[in-house]
Amino acid sequence: MNPRLRFLVSAALCCGLSFSAAAHADALANIKKAGVLRVAVPQDFPPFGSVGADLKPQGYDIDVAAMLARDLGVKLALTPVTSANRVPFLTTGKVDLVISSLGKNPEREKVLDFSVAYAPFYNGVFGPAGASVANVAALAGKTIAVTRGSVEDLELSKVAPASAVIKRFEDNNSTVSAYYSGQVQLIATGNVVAAALKKRDTQKSLETKFLIKDSPCFIGINKNEPQLLARVNAAVASARKSGELNRISLRWLNTPLPAAF
Amino acid sequence: MAYQFDFSGIWEYRAELAAGVVHTLALTGVGTVFGLLVGVVGGAVRGWRVEPYNRLCGLYVELIRNTPFLVQLFFIFFGLPALGVHLNEWVAAALAMIINLGAYTTEIVRAGVQATPRGQMEAGLSLAMSRRQVFWHVVLPPALGRVWPALCSQIVIVMLGSSVCSQISAEELTFAASYIQSRNFRAFETYIVTAVLYLLLAIVLRHLLNRLGARLTNRDVAKP
Repeated sequence: MNPRLRFLVSAALCCGLSFSAAAHADALANIKKAGVLRVAVPQDFPPFGSVGADLKPQGYDIDVAAMLARDLGVKLALTPVTSANRVPFLTTGKVDLVISSLGKNPEREKVLDFSVAYAPFYNGVFGPAGASVANVAALAGKTIAVTRGSVEDLELSKVAPASAVIKRFEDNNSTVSAYYSGQVQLIATGNVVAAALKKRDTQKSLETKFLIKDSPCFIGINKNEPQLLARVNAAVASARKSGELNRISLRWLNTPLPAAF
Repeated sequence: MAYQFDFSGIWEYRAELAAGVVHTLALTGVGTVFGLLVGVVGGAVRGWRVEPYNRLCGLYVELIRNTPFLVQLFFIFFGLPALGVHLNEWVAAALAMIINLGAYTTEIVRAGVQATPRGQMEAGLSLAMSRRQVFWHVVLPPALGRVWPALCSQIVIVMLGSSVCSQISAEELTFAASYIQSRNFRAFETYIVTAVLYLLLAIVLRHLLNRLGARLTNRDVAKP
């Protein structure tokens, strides 16, 4: 690299750094000044975010974003993202918040802060309304369908009692068919899948029996934004209390928020 | 970069593989015995044109031979419960194999029966044997001997086809392989081992069937 080019590149980098530093001075104040809350939302992950018949984004995450914008008294600007680019959109300052069914893990915690949980996301055992299966031990003597190699399969295989019959199917559709055709009594899958099933098939009830692995969704916020973080947390907490979050859950997940939530 | 083989991850699952082999053999055994029975009865009906069963058998053969085995299996396991018929995965798998093998062997046995020279049957009848006796003693043994290699091939095909039964959670050999593969993620090694096991099973099965054929038909089986 010749010296002139090196100078240009480093100058450009400095500009970028100082600009982003300025943008992050106080995100909450900036949002209020601009009058716009910019939020990254999914568009390919129903029921959290998808494109509706009117070509507008819709879903759990979009409703939460709208609720926060109302709370802040600003307009809402949605940016559709994929699961791969949702974090870069936030860290490069293109959006103020990521509400994109984001789970918590140590790698992500290094680069961004998380709000309190705003949506349930878990693997669990589901079954008909009448069956009383409160925990893993109660699986004794029952037949459960799982998709082979899935998180549910690996977890249940470790902890289920010996007399529980775990039937492993090749793909999600076969697992679901096994439940609806009555070949098994229970099914282990994700709450999002169960929500979609409940909407589609109303002949046979499908209720959450217990959680296998809990990995709720959090709102992603850039590091060093304590005011914005506190404000978002307060808004989510009040929405929980007022029942608004529960209404969003009922609308998109067809089930009330879990008790532990 | 060369692939690093690691078969140690499979050895710890040897119990699952052994159980898979046993279950595959059991499914094949049940499927073969009852499938051949269906085939002999169907082949006789078709070969001697016993109406109206002849047409019924023709319908059965066309229906089964022109639909995929997997669809037949799903129909029995996932479809029949809608009519209140709940069969567990083993019964469903065995039934599907019997029905499938029965259709193919019906056609194979029919060919053998129809190839019987007319004079042999007439000779039997002229010795005051009943039609049933003629079929049982004069027609069937040489007919089976004639088509035995084709029957053996069909039985091996059905044995290999039983791998599909893993789709309805029947824990046979392919199920064991997929199970292991979903645990240790060594897909290459797992399926190499499984393929070798199937190969050995097929060779042994063919050998046994050839010997059985020589005994059953009381004559030298046509060499394939």
